[in-house]
Amino acid sequence: MSLMELIADKHLDRGLHVPEHKDLTSGLPIRRLPFAPMLVVPLSQHAGTPAIPIVREGQEVVRGEPIAKAAGFVSVPMHSPATGRVAKIALAPTARGDLSMAIYIAPYRAASQEVLYGAPQDIGHMTPEEIVQAVQNTGVVGLGGAAFPTHVKLKVPEGKKIDTVVVNGCECEPYLTTDHRVMLEQPAAVLHGARIAMRALGAPKAVIGVEDNKLDAVEALRDAIDAEAARGLTGITVESVPAKYPQGAEKMLVKVLLGREVPSRGLPADVGLAVFNVATLAQIGELLPVRQGLIERVVTVTGPGVRKPGNYLMALGTPLRWALEQADCSEQVSSVILGGPMMGPAVGSLEIPVTKGVTGILVLTHEQVNGHSRIYPCIHCAACVDVCPIHLNPSHLGMLARKDRYEEMEAEYHLMDCFECACCSYVCPSHIPLVQYFRVAKQMNRERKARA
Amino acid sequence: MSTAATTVIEVRTAPHLHSGRSVDQIMRHVVYALLPMCFYSVWLFGISAAALIATTTAACVLIEHWSCRLAGRETSIGDFSVVITGMLLGLTLPPGLPLWMAVVGAFIAVAPGKMTFGGLGFNVFNPALVGRAFLQAAFPAAITTYTPAMALNRFSQFIPTSLATPFLKAAPLKDWIAQVRVDGFTGATPLMLQKFEHVTTDPWTLFIGTRAGSSGETSALLILLGGGYLIARKMMDWRIPAAMLLGALLTGGAYYLSNPVKYPSPLFVLFSGGLMLGALFMATDPVASPVTPRGMWIYGLLMGLITVLIRFEGGLPEGVMYAILLGNALSPLIDRLTQPRTYGEGKRMFAKEATTR
Repeated sequence: MSLMELIADKHLDRGLHVPEHKDLTSGLPIRRLPFAPMLVVPLSQHAGTPAIPIVREGQEVVRGEPIAKAAGFVSVPMHSPATGRVAKIALAPTARGDLSMAIYIAPYRAASQEVLYGAPQDIGHMTPEEIVQAVQNTGVVGLGGAAFPTHVKLKVPEGKKIDTVVVNGCECEPYLTTDHRVMLEQPAAVLHGARIAMRALGAPKAVIGVEDNKLDAVEALRDAIDAEAARGLTGITVESVPAKYPQGAEKMLVKVLLGREVPSRGLPADVGLAVFNVATLAQIGELLPVRQGLIERVVTVTGPGVRKPGNYLMALGTPLRWALEQADCSEQVSSVILGGPMMGPAVGSLEIPVTKGVTGILVLTHEQVNGHSRIYPCIHCAACVDVCPIHLNPSHLGMLARKDRYEEMEAEYHLMDCFECACCSYVCPSHIPLVQYFRVAKQMNRERKARA
Repeated sequence: MSTAATTVIEVRTAPHLHSGRSVDQIMRHVVYALLPMCFYSVWLFGISAAALIATTTAACVLIEHWSCRLAGRETSIGDFSVVITGMLLGLTLPPGLPLWMAVVGAFIAVAPGKMTFGGLGFNVFNPALVGRAFLQAAFPAAITTYTPAMALNRFSQFIPTSLATPFLKAAPLKDWIAQVRVDGFTGATPLMLQKFEHVTTDPWTLFIGTRAGSSGETSALLILLGGGYLIARKMMDWRIPAAMLLGALLTGGAYYLSNPVKYPSPLFVLFSGGLMLGALFMATDPVASPVTPRGMWIYGLLMGLITVLIRFEGGLPEGVMYAILLGNALSPLIDRLTQPRTYGEGKRMFAKEATTR
């Protein structure tokens, strides 16, 4: 526990301080990337059912035009990121390592980045149901990385009541600065999105949680809140909380901000809350009034492996290779990671496109990723126990995993509450890949249940 | 095409960062923290202490190395944990203990005490204490024979018993002690004096450590400095020593309040015997102690309590060793009963906690 935490009344009691490396990009304004020669739009960029294509190969599409429709409620449509031609509908590599169907769009050579598709709509007179439908039409999903369809969370579950909308501006992963820049550059859009969410959910209040390493963003949001207050709009507050990983996990943030604990295997709605990422709300705030679809997002391209790091606004479907060329990738690349270094997957191919859930492209060189460190036996030092934000016992879980006692891990040691923040692996002096053991254990249990 | 096109990229699982801590680094720092005690011990007791600590350390390292070879696996002496075991064993033995007995102790500590369980991370008990407990049972006379600190000629002469031939009766020390003794220093430890002669050594002497005792246990100051260094570097958990000292302080305090004439002050309890060394460097052996936050407190308090109970109610002058070994034995149970309440789990009652205390 640091001195700051003793003073601050709201703080995360576990977790840890990871070197942030955010200064590489936190001061760089959002800049637009040109279109790649080929954009690859996967039909499954979100949690839920893949979208269904509504275009044919060879068809011309306009930037912003729907090219795939939602397949049910827990699904979202896709929109063309550029004006061009549908080159093919075929398999494309994904960050998971497998292949999935995608629409390949070849932008016209002089295609403009201006969005001409769309029409104004009056949100003020919409019912909550209409807002949910309108948000689904934008194709917006959780932009903080989870990529869960946002409109699903805007629908109040049966028998529940939402009193507060929690807006997550923590961005606790090292290196990432997209949310930071969005809050700084588009505070009004964030607030507008928050108001739409409050209306849909019938929540009178919204609170924005921002870590104290982004105080300029807190200032920007406060100014925007004051400007709204002058117009008679109230109910939104912003709070800064001491920076600590993994505060950006929604379960952690609601505990810190409001002192409420989401029940094990439950949802924030169970305690009257709905949690949204700031960038998600900013997109809703911008897209909904003009009835447009999500076609681009801000991605932090950073790490020691790129010479021109930055916060780039890039078309969805931009292949990683193109993005890295624009950021001037160095020769010493050893891994390319989608998202932050604590939870983000390393990719096996640079042909993978940027999708809605990609917050960052982190390029590490051999200096950061130094060989396979030697794994020692667990010495029960309890470092993992002291950092686990869920208060699990990773040491014991790891020992059970080594003996393939997966069922016991779930039944007696709360394996399913682990959200894989990787704090335990980070601190382990024996270099035991604890979180990887837990991923395997969860998968084995899922497979066993599927067989049963 | 870009340079990235020709580069091989590696795929690993998250996290891609690590704190940089490693087991061998932590163990190495524990060795550094023990060194001042070793040097002080040599200054107090002379070349006999130097020979004793060197013998136990070398013997432990060699035995672990040979055990690994015998088991057909890579040697594990590189993790430095066996160096700590060797040093601690030496530091807990009387400086004049025959060196051949020290080798026997080292063998018991490492071979059955650590390697038969599977080596580092799997031993149930603190290996150094296993070795010491064996010596206490096998050679009860030798292990309670203490020599005075600051003896004359201590840098040129071994304590006669140090070089005793195995299995032969060592020369009696009485005459030698009378010869080399400096005024004010006796061969009896403060705990023996207190228990058998009702003479209480003043706390300042105990704190600085100019007294008889096991070679490394005498200076509370140096032990606290070494432990403080490890705690500051976050290489040792402060809760276990804090709990153990608190347990001893509370129990000793209760005895003192009940009868201030018969029982020594709680300060004496804290600084005498092996309590400091035990609380900071033996009870904190992570392998044999609990991992849960509440478990650490229970474990520490329990050991402090038992230490004082053995001292005041038992036949032995010192009880730290048995208290820690008992704590080691209980720690898996304590862990099991003190699993923390996880985030989002319904409040659970901890009736179990009371039964372990």
